[in-house]
Amino acid sequence: MASSDVARQLDKNIRPLNLAGHVGFDSLPDQLVNKSICQGFCFNILCIGETGIGKSTLMDTLFNTNFENFESSHFEPQVKLRAQTYDLQESNVRLRLTVVNTVGFGDQMNKQESYQPVVDYIDRQFESYLQEELKIKRSLHNYHDSRVHACLYFISPSGHSLKSLDLVTMKKLDSKVNIIPVIAKADTISKSELHKFKIKIMSELVSNGVQIYQFPIDDETVAKVNTSMNGHLPFAVVGSTEEVMLGTKMVKARQYPWGIVQVENESHCDFMKLREMLICVNMEDLREQTHTRHYELYRRCKLEEMGFKDTDPECKPVSLQETYEAKRQEFLLELQRREDEMRQMFVQRVKEKEAELKEAERELQSRFEQLKRLHADEKATLEDKKKALEDDQVSFSKRRAAAQLLQGQSLTANGKKDKDRKNDDMTN
Amino acid sequence: MSVNQASAISTVGEGHMTAMELGGLRGLANLPNQVYRKSVKRGFEFTLMVVGESGLGKSTLINSLFLTDLYSKDYPGPSQRIKKTVQVEQSKVLIKEGGVQLTLTIVDTPGFGDAVDNSNCWQPVINYIDSKCEDFLNAESRVNRRSMPDNRVHCCLYFIAPSGHGLKPLDIEFMKRLHDKVNVIPLIAKADTLTPEECQLFKKQIMKEIQEHKIKIYEFPDTEDDEDNKLIRKIKEKMPLAVVGSNVVIEVNGKKVRGRQYPWGVAEVENGEHCDFTVLRNMLIRTHMQNLKDVTNNVHYENYRSKKLAAVTCNGVDNSKVKGQLTKSPLAQMEEERREHVMKMKKMEAEMEQVFEMKVKEKKQKLKDSEAELERRHEQMKRNLEAQYKELEEKRRVFEEEKINWEAQQKILEQQKLDASKSKNLVCVLFF
Repeated sequence: MASSDVARQLDKNIRPLNLAGHVGFDSLPDQLVNKSICQGFCFNILCIGETGIGKSTLMDTLFNTNFENFESSHFEPQVKLRAQTYDLQESNVRLRLTVVNTVGFGDQMNKQESYQPVVDYIDRQFESYLQEELKIKRSLHNYHDSRVHACLYFISPSGHSLKSLDLVTMKKLDSKVNIIPVIAKADTISKSELHKFKIKIMSELVSNGVQIYQFPIDDETVAKVNTSMNGHLPFAVVGSTEEVMLGTKMVKARQYPWGIVQVENESHCDFMKLREMLICVNMEDLREQTHTRHYELYRRCKLEEMGFKDTDPECKPVSLQETYEAKRQEFLLELQRREDEMRQMFVQRVKEKEAELKEAERELQSRFEQLKRLHADEKATLEDKKKALEDDQVSFSKRRAAAQLLQGQSLTANGKKDKDRKNDDMTN
Repeated sequence: MSVNQASAISTVGEGHMTAMELGGLRGLANLPNQVYRKSVKRGFEFTLMVVGESGLGKSTLINSLFLTDLYSKDYPGPSQRIKKTVQVEQSKVLIKEGGVQLTLTIVDTPGFGDAVDNSNCWQPVINYIDSKCEDFLNAESRVNRRSMPDNRVHCCLYFIAPSGHGLKPLDIEFMKRLHDKVNVIPLIAKADTLTPEECQLFKKQIMKEIQEHKIKIYEFPDTEDDEDNKLIRKIKEKMPLAVVGSNVVIEVNGKKVRGRQYPWGVAEVENGEHCDFTVLRNMLIRTHMQNLKDVTNNVHYENYRSKKLAAVTCNGVDNSKVKGQLTKSPLAQMEEERREHVMKMKKMEAEMEQVFEMKVKEKKQKLKDSEAELERRHEQMKRNLEAQYKELEEKRRVFEEEKINWEAQQKILEQQKLDASKSKNLVCVLFF
């Protein structure tokens, strides 16, 4: 934001003026603070680390309270995230804190996809905010911001180097969230080992191009402390909610046979540094970075994916309305096209079916014709046979008639002959 | 463990503080501090618009409010410039106080209400306000967003002429048209021409008319603090504020005050008994400047934006259907419309499918029927033919039988005849 201040002062249109007295706008920051206090603050922390590494204990210690903690097993088939929201209050400051813990991280045999649920969770919160921002009627000032503001990555206190799972995960997350790596259970590492371990970790992060969160050094009021703290990264922390009597006071500590590890003793561990950096000095900056850097990156990618551009092909600036209108036109055309397509398809089917049925009809028709012909043939044959019979009958009747005639003739002839004979006989 | 805000703020600039110093075991009490720090670094912006006829003392009031010569010989105020039509002009200045930087933009409307025919003289003002909202909307909607300067008009001071009677038609028209676009704060200008009693009556009359015409002027929000609420109620009773401005510093009783010197005395600008100037300044600058910005951002700008986007996504669509759909982004709305369309198409497809199937069934049934008919007739004809065949066969058989019988008979007769003729021949032979 410094650049915009400078830019503003250099703007020729703005002239600086001197005031002749106390106007009173120096209360503006107070007015803003009052508003924030009325609204309440909001902060979301994501803790990534293996099961049992001390995530929940550290959260309890940091916020000096007892969050509901579930003990997880080592046998989760997949990495899951569990988010819990709490309302904390200290004097007149109200904070809505959401703590997100990974469950089962690092427990699977195949850890290739371990980072994915985490990335998905972070993206979902961005998406949710983006959707609210894009609504026509929106209420951003009432919106409960669920975006992850800080990610505490718990490194196992092996004393040697980062695990490849750590590197892979952090690389996937460094452009989406502010990563603050911490060395967990630091009471298992000796001071000299710790120093070497920290150096190794930081150099591995640098050589792998992992961008962790740097405490901001552009504000003079906190530049000094932030710079020095940046040199102590990653913080080696110990968490404990149990108290041990030390001298006259009860302190948060872990009691071993060989001594008492005091959580709030800066020579024992970096817990106090973590609390100061995370809560007292940079909480607001973490929130701001999430909003202005990580969220903007997500938004830009998402909008580009959806086809939004700031300039059209001729490099002229395109306003939001034009983009929306163009999209709407496209959309309406697409709907129209789909409708037409469907109708076309139906028309096609109807045509095909009609052809099919016509074909069937024709087939039937030809069969009909065929049968008719067959029938006609048979009938013709029958007729022929009938005719033949008739002919035979006629010729037979003729024969019979002729024979009868002959017989009649011969009979009469014979009769005459017989008569003659008889006559002859009689005359003889 | 009792931490109050004042102590948190007073430690700004003193370097870091540990949580223990502030006594906060969690350190949350530092949060306001961080907000304070960041806001000071960012700097502040505010745009104030002044509207009123010329000669009502607008420029003087601005100079008095900000204790500076915003308008001077080098940068003359609007009253010094004679305009034929209403213009909208802005002046940007940078002022610093107590480490806080404020970029103040004063927007003038020279020529407002000065013409003979003032209908539509508010249009340039509305256009200006809308164009600033438009700029902000475009900047906010870009894919690549950089710092978005806020040039929206956060407050509009409307100057009412001190007639003592009531609002003029122009006043009512203007405020009605602008009350849902910007925070309107009406002021009685040149209040030193009214006696306190006249002023009281005037204020009552104005507020009555404002309520009658349902004009929504800027309202002070209630706070959680009862003390503050009491003060706010006192201020509300004084609305509209009657103000006096002055560029001149006069000595009164050994004190240097801003005021207007008359033969009969000095009207002091910052004297609460003389006018409400201090009330205005406290409210506008010292206590409610941030709230004016917030209301502009959360209410007026959002109204503008939702109207603009609704128009884009629902062009051609009946407005009554639109009401329930404003809770989505235009893209989500298009998604919804697409889903509806898909369902509609599915339904249409199912219907068409149904009709199609029915017609096909009908046709097929017809075909089947004619096929059956054909079969039937064919059967019938076949049987017919078969019957005829049988009949013919029978006839033929009978005929053949008859023929054979007759032929046999004939043969016998022939034989008899032959025998007879043979024997006759024999007899003949015998006889002869």
